Order: sequence, then C-alpha cells, then structure tokens
Amino acid sequence: MKANDVILRTVAKLVVFIILAFAAHLFFAGHNDPGGGFIGGLVTASALVLLALAFDLKTVRKVVPVDFRIVTAIGLLVAVLTGVGSFAFDQPFLSHTFAYKELPFLGKKELATAVLFDLGVYLAVVGVTMTIILSIGEDR
Amino acid sequence: MHLAVAAPFAYAAIVPLLHRSFPRVHTGWFVLPLPVALFAYWLSRFAVVRSGVGEEARLSWIPSLGIDLSFHLDGLSLLFVLLITGIGGLVTLYSIFYLSKTKERIGRFYVYLLLFMGAMLGVVLSDNLIALYAFWELTSLSSFLLIAFWHQRERSRYGALKSMMITVLGGFAMLAGFVLLYIMTGTYSVREMIPQVGALASQPLFFWAMALVLVGAFAKSAQFPFHIWLPDAMEAPTPVSAYLHSATMVKAGLYLVARLTPLFGGTSEWFWLVSAFGLATLFWGSFQAVKQTDLKAILAFSTISQLGLIMCLLGLGSAALAFEGNVSDVYVLAMTAAVFHLVNHATFKGALFMVAGIVDHETGTRDIRKLGGLAAIMPITFTFAVVGAGSMAGLPPFNGFLSKEMFFTGVLNASRMNFFSMEAWGALFPIVAWTASVFTFVYSAVFVFKTFLGKAKPEQLPTKPHEAPLGLLLPPAALVSLVVAFGLFPDIASYYLIEPALASIYPSLLAPGDDFHVHISFWHGWTAELFMTIGVVAVGSLLFWQLRRWLGVYGRLPRQWSLNALYDGALEGLERGSARLTNAYMTGSVRHYLLYIFTFLIAVVGYALYRTGAFGAIDPGYPGYAPICIYEAMLVTATLLATLSVPFARSRMTMIILVGAVGYMVVLFFVLFRAPDLALTQMIIETVSVALFLLCFYHLPKLRKETTSRRFKLTNAVVSVGVGAIVAIAALAASGTNGFESIADYYLEESYHLGGGKNVVNVILVDFRGFDTLLEIMVLGIASLGIYAMIKLRAPRQVDRKGDSSNES
Repeated sequence: MKANDVILRTVAKLVVFIILAFAAHLFFAGHNDPGGGFIGGLVTASALVLLALAFDLKTVRKVVPVDFRIVTAIGLLVAVLTGVGSFAFDQPFLSHTFAYKELPFLGKKELATAVLFDLGVYLAVVGVTMTIILSIGEDR
Repeated sequence: MHLAVAAPFAYAAIVPLLHRSFPRVHTGWFVLPLPVALFAYWLSRFAVVRSGVGEEARLSWIPSLGIDLSFHLDGLSLLFVLLITGIGGLVTLYSIFYLSKTKERIGRFYVYLLLFMGAMLGVVLSDNLIALYAFWELTSLSSFLLIAFWHQRERSRYGALKSMMITVLGGFAMLAGFVLLYIMTGTYSVREMIPQVGALASQPLFFWAMALVLVGAFAKSAQFPFHIWLPDAMEAPTPVSAYLHSATMVKAGLYLVARLTPLFGGTSEWFWLVSAFGLATLFWGSFQAVKQTDLKAILAFSTISQLGLIMCLLGLGSAALAFEGNVSDVYVLAMTAAVFHLVNHATFKGALFMVAGIVDHETGTRDIRKLGGLAAIMPITFTFAVVGAGSMAGLPPFNGFLSKEMFFTGVLNASRMNFFSMEAWGALFPIVAWTASVFTFVYSAVFVFKTFLGKAKPEQLPTKPHEAPLGLLLPPAALVSLVVAFGLFPDIASYYLIEPALASIYPSLLAPGDDFHVHISFWHGWTAELFMTIGVVAVGSLLFWQLRRWLGVYGRLPRQWSLNALYDGALEGLERGSARLTNAYMTGSVRHYLLYIFTFLIAVVGYALYRTGAFGAIDPGYPGYAPICIYEAMLVTATLLATLSVPFARSRMTMIILVGAVGYMVVLFFVLFRAPDLALTQMIIETVSVALFLLCFYHLPKLRKETTSRRFKLTNAVVSVGVGAIVAIAALAASGTNGFESIADYYLEESYHLGGGKNVVNVILVDFRGFDTLLEIMVLGIASLGIYAMIKLRAPRQVDRKGDSSNES
C-alpha cells in the first residue's frame, strides 16, 4: 500500500468514525434489533481494516496503541466473570437477568446483564480479528 | 464453605500484585496467613462434623446436566482439609526460608501453590463427581507447573511432563468411570448414589465403572504400575515435594478409594483390585527405595511403598461391607489402620522431606555417596531425621509403630479370611507385607546412617555445611512433635481424626447417633504382630549391615525391562508413529488437504443421507417446495456465474473479488429470506476476509501458469461437484422433512419473556446458549493466538526443507 491515495485517505478518515459509531449502535441495539457483540466487534474490526488499507498497518498501531491479544484476554475474562458473577446471586453459571430502569438523560431503558457478557464477546471478537489481521499483514 | 474453597484462588490472583508492590518482603509472608486462617476455620467446624451430621453447601453450576458445586464436609474430608491447610501452612513457612526471594521467581511459585491448595480443597470437599474431577485435574495441572518450576532444567521438564501425562490419562479414565456411574444412577452426587448400592452391583457396567475409577485413583496415588511418575516429580523444589508428593496430592487417590468404598466396597473385584495393587506397590516401592542414592529418591520410593500400604489396607477394610455388622470388626480395624497410617505418613514423610531439603540446602547435595557424618554439624536436623525415619521404619515409640502393628494385624486377619477365594491367596498378604517392612527398615536406616553418621567428607560437598536457620527447622519440628504426640497419645488422633473419618467411610454400619470408638494402645501382649516387628528389626539390621554384599541384585534386572523404559519407548514410538503418519498426508499443499477434507465430507454426509433415505428429497415434484421467484432465479444465476468464473481468472485479485461476489450474493439471499442478523454478519465477514486476502496476497508473487496434472484437476472437479451436490441434497432434505417439532417456536415465544430481548438471534446467543458463545469466543481466542505464534514466533526458515522454495499458494 505504498501508493498515496489522497481521496481514499480523506474519505477513510471520515468513514472510520461513522463505522465506529455504527458499531456502537449495533452493539447496543443488539438485544432488540439486528446487532450485538459479535457483529459490533466485526464492524469495529472492519473500520480498523479500512484504516489499514487506506494508510498502513503502522498507522493503525499508532492510532490504536493497544495490544489486541490483551483485548482478547480482557474480553474472555469479562465473559467468564459475567458467568461466574451469577454465583454471587445463588444462580447457575451464566444466568442473566434484566430490568427496566429510569436513567438520567436516557429515560426509561432496559438494563440487562447480558450486555456485560456481550461486551466480553465484543472485545474478544475485536481482539481476535485484529490479532489475526495484524500478524498476517505485518508478516514479510 | 464455598468462600473457604475459593479463598486460595482469589488470593492467588492478588499474590503477583503483592509480589510486585513489596519486592523487599518475601512474598511467602503474605501467603502464610491464608492457610493458617483456613486451618483455624476448618478446625472450628470440628464439633459439627463430630456430631455426625456434617455440613453442606450447594451452588448450582450446570443444573441441566446435574453438575453442581456442592460441597460436603464430613469426617473424611475434614481429615483431608486439615492435612491440606495445616501442612500447607508449614510448607509455606518452610519455603520462605528455602527459596531465595531474589534468585527465584517466587511470585509465580506462590500462585501455583495457592492454586494447588484450592484445587485440593475442592477435591476433598466436592460431593459432585464432575466438580471433583474438575478440581482433580486442576491439581494435576498445578502440580505440573510446580514440578517444572525450575523449567530451565531438562530433568524438571521431563518429570513434569511425565507426571502430567500419567495422572491426566488416569483422570480421563476416571471421568469415563464417573459418567458410567451417572448412567447407572442418574446422579453425580456420591451421597445420592450410596443408597442405590443394592441395585447397582448387578448392573453390567458396574465393574467397568469401578475399574475406570480405580485407574484414575491408582495413577494419582502412584500405585504400581503408574508409580513411575513420582520419582521424576522429585525435580520439584523440596517444599513442593513435601507438600504435594507426600502429604496431599498423592493421597487424592486414597481419598477417592475411601470415599467410594461405601459404593464399591464389599464386592470381591474391588477388594482384590485395591488390596492386590496396594500390596504389589508396597513391596515394589520398598524394594526399589533401597538402591536409591539420592535422598529425595529414597523418600519418593518410600512414599510409593507407603501409599501402597494404605491402599492395601483400604482394600482389606472394604470387606467389612460384605458382612454388614457381624464379623466386621476385623475389617473395620484394617480401615482404622489405613486412616491412622495416612495421618502418620503425612506427618513423618513431610518432616523427612523437609530434612532432605535442609541437607540439600546446607550442603549443596542430596547424594548419599557424598554425604556422611552430618550428625555433629546438624544435631537438630539429625534428631528430626531419626524420629521421622524411626516412625517410617515402624519403631516404637513413634506413631509409625502403632499403625504398622495395626497393618500387621490387618494382613494377619486377611490370611485367616475365608471369602473371595482368600483361602488360597490369603497367606501371601502377611508374607509380602513382612518382606516389604524389612526393606522399609533398611532404607530408613540408609536414610539416617549414610547421611548423618559415618565419616564426614566435607571436601566432596559443594558448600560448607552448618546447621539450618530457625525458619527451616520450625516446620519439621512441628511435624516431628506430631509424630511423637500421636505415638504416645494415639487416642488424640483417633478421637479427632479417625473416628469421624471412619463414620463417613462406613455410613451403613452405624445406627443413628452411634459412632466408632477407636482405642489404640501400645501394648497388646506378646502377639504375633510384635514378633513380626522384632523380626523386621533383626533381619533389617542384618541386611543393612551386609548392604554392600547384596546390592548387586538390582543390577540383574535388565534395564530395558523397566517400566520407565516402557514409558519412554511408548512415548517415543507414539512420536515417531505420528510423525510418520503426519508426513504421509501432510504434503504441504493446501489443495491436498482440502481434497482429503471434502472427500471425507462427501463420504460421511453421503452415507448418512443414504441411511436416512434423504435422497428422496431431490424429487422435483415434491409438493413442499415453495415456488421460485424471478429475482431468486437471477441471484442464483449470478452466483453460479461468479463461481464458475473463478477457475478461469488470471490474477489473484480477480479471484478474490469473484469469491467476494459470491459471498455478497449469499448476503442478498439472507436479505430476501428476512434474516437481517445473518446478512449483516455475512456482509462484514465477507468484507473483512476480502481485505485480509488482499493484505496477504499483496506480498505473493504473480500467479504462475498452472502446472498440475490433468488428472489432479479432474479429481478436483469431481470432488467439488460432489460437495455441491451433497450440500444441496442435505439442505433439501432438511427443509423437506419435519421429523421433529421445530424448536424455533419456543425461542420466538420465550425470548422476550425470559431474555427481555426482541431480537431472537441475539437472545439465543447470549441468553439461551450463552455457554456455547463463551466457548466459541474462547476457541477464537486460542485460534488467534495460534496464528500469532505461527507467524510471529516461528523459527528461522529452514532452507533445506523439501519443497519449501516451490510452495503453492
């Protein structure tokens, strides 16, 4: 990707944020509409891939200076701990619950523990995808 | 109770933090309070256990499969938790002085140790067999990490791998046994199984369940022929050997046998398997221990032998259940001896390991050929060694004497039994037991005399010997004083530990409110047992005196006949065999692999479809098919065209884009059939994977002219068409038949109600089948680590590998 694609780069800068916002939307919409942790994670990863295509992998590393293997680990940990957490309420492993609560600014919203688990899935998917892409892409 | 089991795990999580924040304090000091507190906690539960009720706590884990984290504290588990936490505390104290805080990675050491402690507590408290199995394997795992603690040494890695291989394979067998038990009884809970014993024994699977469970127990408790891992495990740091390989982990097998005695005991197979293997191990271990020259190796074989002794007693004691109540006192005595010796062994062997560690630490060697005359330099350590070894050899007034006498009583009774065809073989028991005791006496003498007496050889020692610091002496002192205390006042042990343990091994022999009364006394008159002990001392002394003369016997057995050689050979053979097999089909070409995979797929799925008569679904006149719309037909045509043009593309880019196009067509299908979730996922996957392909292929050389043979191409074509046909038929057959009621309705109805979500797909993913998702992302994580490791951490490319320069895309 040595060529200097001005148009692609300019567009990418904008579009990446749109995709990321869309990913966040997908993530939270998950419980009632198409979306969820898996898809949200994939969309996030695709935004980063777009960045990598328009610029290069070094830029991605600079913009998102995290070790994606650790992101995977954190995701798995969150998912497992959500499962273990239900022990604290004397429930079987991975029991979920939900409730409707009045939140400041947002109004009445559904709060579900499943979202925490989904967050784990999200992080794991982002971590896995980016680990694979970065390690293959950087291989010479 | 769950908190008490979880505490070591939770504490293990913060140990690295403590280690890093306070580098100037030995991390062991932070760890020490935990076992002490746990010990105090368990001790405070004694009154509840003594009353015979016990304590239980239950936590659902996977209730739909009958798997719970249900813990039950009774006499037997109390005995073990006190051993685990008590000796755990002493070992921690000992390790503070044994492991240098600057030279060793002690942060990790204590994490492993705490993991082990928690796992062991889980093993002895679990009532649910699956939970027990999980904790059991965790002990194997943490023991692996502890044995390989000095992983830069090749022997350590070898020993760790060996112990892991053998104990985990045994564990698998045990798991199979547990599942068989579940099939027969419908529960994983031991306490719910026990009332079903009557109906159980006649089941055809009963014997296999028993045999499989015993394999696991024997492997863990180092019974013949699985004992070979224990000597190699001695590569672990000495505190670990003292803790895992004498006091706790190796006793897990004994625990399991004792725990399942109410279930299996009283059948002749159980009686013979347990007592015969125990007897064989007892003899072989003691026989092998004599020739060892390493202090820890002597102790390792001694442990094997003593574990065999206890196992043998457990077998003899199980006979009590065959004759409920009437003549059973004799057999109950054997079980009492087993439990008593188990306690005694933990005390004296723990102390002896610590003595060996002190000698190693202060002189720099454990080789008895170099040691000698240390008694004058290390008088306190010498005292401990004498007491410990005296107890091990079964000499008065130590506790080992008492349990050894009881052991003799047990085997003498065994020779007089007239059941389970004991008339023919019963006489073997006292003979083998007595011979083994003679060897036990000899190696105990070797341990003490060769190390501490005789001529000092300071010039052969790596460091100048001196007495150990107080911190190293305190833990063995505590254990040695227990050896003497239990020896002089055995009724303390019997009141606090043995009687409650017996009550939980033999629940069926007790009436409600009743309990066992065990009174152990020193002097029973001039009995046969006493003469046997006198004989042991006499013959043992003679053999030790003439040791040099007959040590040559050991050289007679050819080396390649030993079990170690068998293990190494099997491992090597397995490696060589699988390498040959792998080389046979691993050609290095993805095309071949895909060919194998797809051919197999066609064969398996095709056969399954044939057997279920699904080929009828291809009848076009079948009335269940929906009409085909015009745009569906168009999509199919486009997909087909894109697919067919892939083989004719000239550049990789075109190929990738064509394959991507097929993927997007599928997205359109999903949209058409109203599956937005799938469409979304497929679209993103397609995008990401096309980008990934582009990234990969950017670096590859230009596509070469196809050089493969026409035949290979033809095979490919046939196979690909076959796969397509099979998948199409499978799809048609699946949609055309309604063998079962669809589960979709359940999800559609319940997802909002139970999961609180309107998107059924997502509710299934995170709520109904959350466990699947959890394991899926774990698989993904492992796969990504695998890819990372293959690409980033690979060895430098080997030029001489065949076909490397001309590898295909």
